[in-house]
Amino acid sequence: MTSTRVVEPWLRQPLERFVTEAGARLTLIMTPAGQVLAQHGFTRAVDVMAAAALGSAIVSSTREIAALIGEVGFRALNHQGVHHGIFLAEMDSPRGRLLALVVYGSDSLVGLVRLFFEDLVRDLGEACPPEKPRKPVIAADFERELNQSLASLFGR
Amino acid sequence: MTERLRRSLDRVTRVRGVRGALVVTRDDGLVVADALMEGVRGDAVAALAASLASRLGSAARASGLGAPHFYHLQATEGTLLAVPGPSGVLVVVVADHELNVGLARLEMLRVAEAIW
Repeated sequence: MTSTRVVEPWLRQPLERFVTEAGARLTLIMTPAGQVLAQHGFTRAVDVMAAAALGSAIVSSTREIAALIGEVGFRALNHQGVHHGIFLAEMDSPRGRLLALVVYGSDSLVGLVRLFFEDLVRDLGEACPPEKPRKPVIAADFERELNQSLASLFGR
Repeated sequence: MTERLRRSLDRVTRVRGVRGALVVTRDDGLVVADALMEGVRGDAVAALAASLASRLGSAARASGLGAPHFYHLQATEGTLLAVPGPSGVLVVVVADHELNVGLARLEMLRVAEAIW
């Protein structure tokens, strides 16, 4: 059974639509620091954490390479394998810059993933509710919110 | 884009009813070269036509028909044509209903030849 899990409900519909239309097998939406906001297709927490950390590191590395050659940044990367491809892209959202890591199989195409990624960015922008004023972070809330996020993502 | 390929794409677009012609990578669905009228989304056509060709190819082979030579999709507002070319590309045409399909196909085959 494939699954979509989100930290905030507004992420679910755009992500599910993207996964269906692009034919993505695995998808992560995360912050540039690697904090996962939504995932589709992963079944093990350790895989999500590893993929998020690696995806975030790849984007950071390529941003530094871009800086070396005088580019602002690379918006998207694609790694093509024999059976799977990985599409990694940055996007601007009302919640700031986000990263998407998409794994697709031979039943999809990078062109399709790129095409529907544009729709995902638009859909997320439209679905995002206004951000609530931030409360001061206290240790008890932090732990509770962290546990809630983990429960949302991994179903614990 | 080589001059020969550009000229052959331009010839396709001169066929009455053609709104755009593209050379697309079959495995990726990305645009290699295009000649499009305003309003035709080249990246969307490329990705979806390559995906469609891939699935129709699978269906044809599964039906024992072999590899397709020509794709012709008639829709309510127009027509989509595709011809597999060499080096893993697909020549795609978007047109309206007044298209002479035979003439368009001939010009599409010329585009495929220009890729050699």
